[in-house]
Amino acid sequence: MTTTTLPARATRGVPATRRPQSVGTAVRDVRTMVARETRRQLRSVDGLVTALVLPVAIMLVFVVIFGGAISGGSGDYIDYVVPGVLVMCLGFGSATAATAVAQDMTSGTIDRFKTLPIFGPSALWGHVLASVARNLVSACTVVLVAVALGFRPDAGPLGWVGVVGFAVLAVLAFTWLSAALGLVLSVDASQSVNMLFLFVPYLSSGFVPVDTMPTWLHGFAEHQPFTPIIETLRGLLSGSGDGATAAAATAWLAGTLIVSTTAGSILYHHRTAR
Amino acid sequence: MDQPMIAVQGLEKSYGAHHVLRGVDLTVRHGEIYALLGQNGAGKTTAVNILTTLVRPDAGTARIGGADVTTDAGRVRELIALTGQYAAVDEFQTGAENLVMMADLAHLPRRTVRTRAAELLERFDLTAAAGRRVGTYSGGMRRRLDLAISLVADPALLVLDEPTTGLDPASRSQLWEVVRGLAADGTTVLLTTQYLEEADRLADTIAVLHDGRVAARGTASELKSLVAGDHVRVAFEDRASLAAATDLAAGLGMVSTTTDDKDLSLSAPSADPVRTIRDLLAAADTHRLAVSGVSVVKPTLDDVFLALTSKETAR
Repeated sequence: MTTTTLPARATRGVPATRRPQSVGTAVRDVRTMVARETRRQLRSVDGLVTALVLPVAIMLVFVVIFGGAISGGSGDYIDYVVPGVLVMCLGFGSATAATAVAQDMTSGTIDRFKTLPIFGPSALWGHVLASVARNLVSACTVVLVAVALGFRPDAGPLGWVGVVGFAVLAVLAFTWLSAALGLVLSVDASQSVNMLFLFVPYLSSGFVPVDTMPTWLHGFAEHQPFTPIIETLRGLLSGSGDGATAAAATAWLAGTLIVSTTAGSILYHHRTAR
Repeated sequence: MDQPMIAVQGLEKSYGAHHVLRGVDLTVRHGEIYALLGQNGAGKTTAVNILTTLVRPDAGTARIGGADVTTDAGRVRELIALTGQYAAVDEFQTGAENLVMMADLAHLPRRTVRTRAAELLERFDLTAAAGRRVGTYSGGMRRRLDLAISLVADPALLVLDEPTTGLDPASRSQLWEVVRGLAADGTTVLLTTQYLEEADRLADTIAVLHDGRVAARGTASELKSLVAGDHVRVAFEDRASLAAATDLAAGLGMVSTTTDDKDLSLSAPSADPVRTIRDLLAAADTHRLAVSGVSVVKPTLDDVFLALTSKETAR
């Protein structure tokens, strides 16, 4: 017989060393997850290139290589194109969250997190907040390089507050959308989420005015979300925005944010590792 | 007075038309090692997912330390730790960083986080590799780190889903040692496995899960006795002796004996092997039969498993 006398153990309560869940522990959970994501980003060569090298390279391509031809030689094209480059960079910078989330879903990490007495969506918030921090850093890099190349924004102090606030809203919306997609896509498929942010902005007023495009593209280019989003950022940077465009952009971003956080949280709740 | 660590009644779960669990009952006592044994698709992982609050059952109840897994999931999560089929460690973090992260998520007091991590690294023989990224670890090291992480908050119940799948034999027996040590210290361990040997060597109680139901449960010995008792096997030097012995055995009242023409042996099921051997040898001696060997064959868990699962399938 293998039945040996086992050390009887009284029903244990919460281990004495462990603290019960509270707002404090929820904040600690999110902080721990942000630290995890930041570490993942800083240690991935691919991630660093996407965050810092690619945005600057894209801007150099538009300003230095295409700039002369597009603007016909005048120096103003840089002021026109920087907002487009910025939004595009914020977009594909956020899209890496899709792959990070998809990887978590396949590795069993998600199962472990979900069996811990932690604040439920803290893992997703870790991805999102780390993404905000990373994208603000790459946006600053882009702006600094742009200024060095001759970019001269007219925004006053309040305008800059608006720029940062709008950028944070955009990154929140883009990252939550990417994270929600990462919950349903395979790791491979998740890598193409950035295509959404790399190509759709080209079909907006971000790089060339819509009226220079073929007529059949006007409808899409004028009404797709990247047009008001980029126009709003351009308005804030140049200190000459119009309220209707800003309202449209904010509505698009807030709508995406609400749908994505809701869908993401529900999906996360029902997912186990695959 | 002592309620069981795990109390499961009538657990059912379907995915579409596929009934994964069809009414599972389990009772796991405090401090025991309990194995859920079954083939792929038997419902082991689904059962584990329900017990660890990852999946909601369609019917039935499951309580961990008295807390219901669906209505009191928060409390259940404070009692359990899960080591899933895939090592849930971050490759981009070092071993120490992985442990510190999990200690933070377990809400250990901040000042004890690092000492607890160091202690577990030491215990699982990972101190030398603590500063290396997990991406460089071997499979066995990852499993050890995975297990160390599970123990960070000193869980009352450790759930191991196929803990040794894909491990080499040395890592496997090392892991078995660790699990035995944990149980000896009072941790209850629920493990799933498709390896009979693992259940046999490790578990105090085994439940054979087949087709969404518990086909049998008990200690390894109890399960083995379900199939049949011991067999006495007598081998002879020639075919004539074997034939003569078969008649003699029948004369002695031994029923359902079998013969093996290849190794010239006679097998007789027996509740009292010593007596059967004595009777057979005495008869062989009297008739001058050439005996070449005698052995007692104990049924293996394999026999049990095959008997139970084929019976279930036939039904």
